[in-house]
Amino acid sequence: MTIKNMIENWAQFRKSGQVGDEYYDHADYRWGMVIDLDTCIGCNACVTACYAENNLPVVGKERFGRGLGMHWIRIERYWQTGEEGEKKTRYPEQGAQYIPMMCQQCEQAPCEPVCPVAATYHTPDGLNAQVYNRCIGSRYCSNNCPYKVRYFNFYSYSETWASPLEQQLNPDISVRDKGVMEKCTFCVQRLRRAKNDAKNENRLVEDGEVQTACQQSCPTQAIVFGNLADADSRVSRMWKKHNMAYGHREDDKQQKTERGYRVLEELNTEPSVIYLERIRDENI
Amino acid sequence: MEEEIRNDIKWAQINRDVLHSMASPRRSYWALIGLCLTVVAIGVYAEIHQYHTGMGEARLNRPQMWGFYIANFIFWVGVSHAGTLLSAALFLTNTEWRRPVYRSAEAMTSVALLTAAIFPVIHLGRVWDFYWVLPYPNERGLWPNFRSPLLWDMVAIFTYLNSSMLFLYYGMIPDLAISRDNASGWRRRLYGWMALGWVGTDRQWRNFRKGYLLLACFLLPLAVSVHSIVASDFAMSIMPGWHVTSLPPYFVAGALYSGCAAIITLFIILRYTFRYEEYLTLPILDKLCKLTFAIAMIWVYLNLIEFSSAWYGHDMFEKEVLIEKATGPYAAIWWTMIILGIGLPFSLLIKWVRRNMRVLIFISMLINITMWLERWMIVSPTLARNHEPYSWGYHWPGWVELSITFASFAWFTMLFLLFVKIFPSISMYEVKEMLYHRRHVSDRLLRESGSDRPLTVEK
Repeated sequence: MTIKNMIENWAQFRKSGQVGDEYYDHADYRWGMVIDLDTCIGCNACVTACYAENNLPVVGKERFGRGLGMHWIRIERYWQTGEEGEKKTRYPEQGAQYIPMMCQQCEQAPCEPVCPVAATYHTPDGLNAQVYNRCIGSRYCSNNCPYKVRYFNFYSYSETWASPLEQQLNPDISVRDKGVMEKCTFCVQRLRRAKNDAKNENRLVEDGEVQTACQQSCPTQAIVFGNLADADSRVSRMWKKHNMAYGHREDDKQQKTERGYRVLEELNTEPSVIYLERIRDENI
Repeated sequence: MEEEIRNDIKWAQINRDVLHSMASPRRSYWALIGLCLTVVAIGVYAEIHQYHTGMGEARLNRPQMWGFYIANFIFWVGVSHAGTLLSAALFLTNTEWRRPVYRSAEAMTSVALLTAAIFPVIHLGRVWDFYWVLPYPNERGLWPNFRSPLLWDMVAIFTYLNSSMLFLYYGMIPDLAISRDNASGWRRRLYGWMALGWVGTDRQWRNFRKGYLLLACFLLPLAVSVHSIVASDFAMSIMPGWHVTSLPPYFVAGALYSGCAAIITLFIILRYTFRYEEYLTLPILDKLCKLTFAIAMIWVYLNLIEFSSAWYGHDMFEKEVLIEKATGPYAAIWWTMIILGIGLPFSLLIKWVRRNMRVLIFISMLINITMWLERWMIVSPTLARNHEPYSWGYHWPGWVELSITFASFAWFTMLFLLFVKIFPSISMYEVKEMLYHRRHVSDRLLRESGSDRPLTVEK
C-alpha cells in the first residue's frame, strides 16, 4: 500500500464493514437484526427468555438497584417531554416509549480495539464475540461501549443456581464466574448448532432455521433475525425496504415509510441491529 | 542576587550532613513506619476481601466500571512525573539549583511509580491473570492486543519505571562510593556492591558524565510520552469528555503540577527532619514555587481549552458531561477542584508565601488533594453521563476503595521513608560540583575585576 493510495482511500479505511468487503467476501453468514418499535409492547418476554437461554444470573434486588443487573437485553423506557414544557409530553397517548437494547454487534465496535488481551474480537459472521476464558476483567470494553450493553460479573453468582436450579442451566453455554465481562451473543450457541447441522447436510443455514431466544419469545414478533449475506432472507429484505445498509445514515432516507435507524449512528459504530421507528399519530 | 547555597560550606561538612541523615533512625521514624504498615495492612485486607468476594465490593457498577483505582493510578503516575522529568529537563538546561533537590525528587518518582503500578493490576476482575497483558511467548501462541491503550500503558509504565530507577541509581553511584567509604557492616557491603567499584578516576567520571547525559536525553521524551499514553486510555476511547484531543498535554501538565507540589512537600519535610537548611534553601524553594506556578498556568490554560471546546463544539454528549460536572452530584467536588486548582497557584506569586514553609506545606498538600480530585473528576462524570441515558449512574466509594486509596499513600510514604534512610537523599557530589563551579567562576570574575582577594577552594 502506497501512501498516495492510503490518502486517496482514507475515507474507506475509516469506514469499512460494507457487505462485499474483501474480509467478508467469503463469509456465508452475516448476522443482522431488525427490531420494530411500533410492534414492541415492552412486555419483557425477550428479557426473560434471554435469562433462561444464556444462563444469566439473577443478582437480587439490592445488587440490581446498584446497577449490577446482568440482563443482556433490557427494555429501556423513556418518557419524552415536549417542547412546551416538562409536564406535557409530546405523545401523551403513547405513554412510555420502549426500546429493547442489547449488544448491537457493531461492525466498528469500540469495545474491540481496547481490550488488552483481545478477549473481544470480530468473527467473520459479523458477530462481536467475547471469549470468557481470555477475559481478565479490565472493563475497558464496557467503558467504551456507547450502548452500555456489556455486563460484568462483579460477584460470583453461582449461588443463583442452588440445587435443584442448576438443572435449568443451558448446557450449550458456559456459566461465567466473577471477574469476567459478558454480553449478548445473538445466541451464538444456536447459531453454532444450526451451522453445524447445515454443514453436515452440505448446505447453508436457511432463513428462519435459527432464531434467537428473544426473537422466539416475542409475542408481537417485533424482532427479526437472520443472515444479511443472504439477499432473500427476511432480515435482508427488511433492511432493503427501509433503505438501511452499513454506512447508511438517517439523512439517506428517501421516504417517510422508511423507518429504519440505528441507535447513536453518529458515532460510526455501524451496528448490525436496526430499529424501525414507532409510527406516530402525526405520521399517519 | 541571592545565593542558592552558601559558598563557604566545607566539602567534609557536606558529606557529614548528608551521611548523618542516613544514621540510625529515631523512634519517631519507626513509629511512622509502623503507622504506614498498619494502613497498608488494612489496604491489603481490603484487597484480599475484594479478591475473594468480587469487584462489586469496590462499589463499582454499570456504567461506572472504573472508579478510584484508575483515579489513583493516574494520580500516582502524575506524581511520579515531576521527579524524573524535572531532573532531566533541568539537567539538560544546566540549571544549578536542581542539584540539591533532584535526588529526593527522583526517589519520589520511583516510589510513586511503584505505587501506581499496583492499581492497574488490582483493578482487574481476574487479578490472578494479570500477566496475560504481557507479550510473553506461550504455548498457545496468544498475544495481547497491541491496539489497546491499556497495553501501551503497561509498556510505558514498565519502561518508565525501569529507566527512572536506572537514572536514580546511576546518578547515585559516586554518592554510594562516598557512603561505602564511611560505612560499616551490611551498609558497607550494600554500598560497596552498588557503587560498582567507583573510585573517582578521570576515566570513570568521563564515562559517567556521558552516560548521565544519555539517560537524561532518553528520559525527557519518555516521561512526556508516558503520561500521554496514560491519557490515551481516555483520549482513545469514544466516550464524551474522554475523547478529547488536548487530553495528553493536559495530563502531562497536570502530572507536572501535582508532582511539583509533591516535591515542595517533600522538600520542606526533608529540610525540617534532616536539618538540611544549608542545602534545601529558601531561594531554591522560591524557584520551585515559581516553576510550580508556571506549570499550573499551563494546566489552567488546558482546562479552559477543554471547557471551551466542549462548550463551543456543540457536541451534545460532551456538553452534557461538562454540564453534569458543574451541576450534577459531583458538582461540589468538581468546583472544589476547579477553584482550588486555579486559585492556589496564584498564592505562590506572593513572596511571603514562597518563603513561609508552614503555609507552603499546607498549600502544596492541598494542591495534591485537588489534583487527586481532578483525576477522579476525569474518570467518573464521563461514565455518569455516557451516550446512553438509560444507563446513567454514579459511583461513590465504599470502604474497600477508600482503604486501598489510603493504603497507597501509606505505601508511598513508607517506601520514601525507607529510601531516605538507606540512600543519600541529597546528591553530595553534585552539591560539591555546584560550589566548585561557583567558586571557580567567582574566582575568575574577581581576578578579572582586579581584586586581590581570590576565594580559596577548601577541601
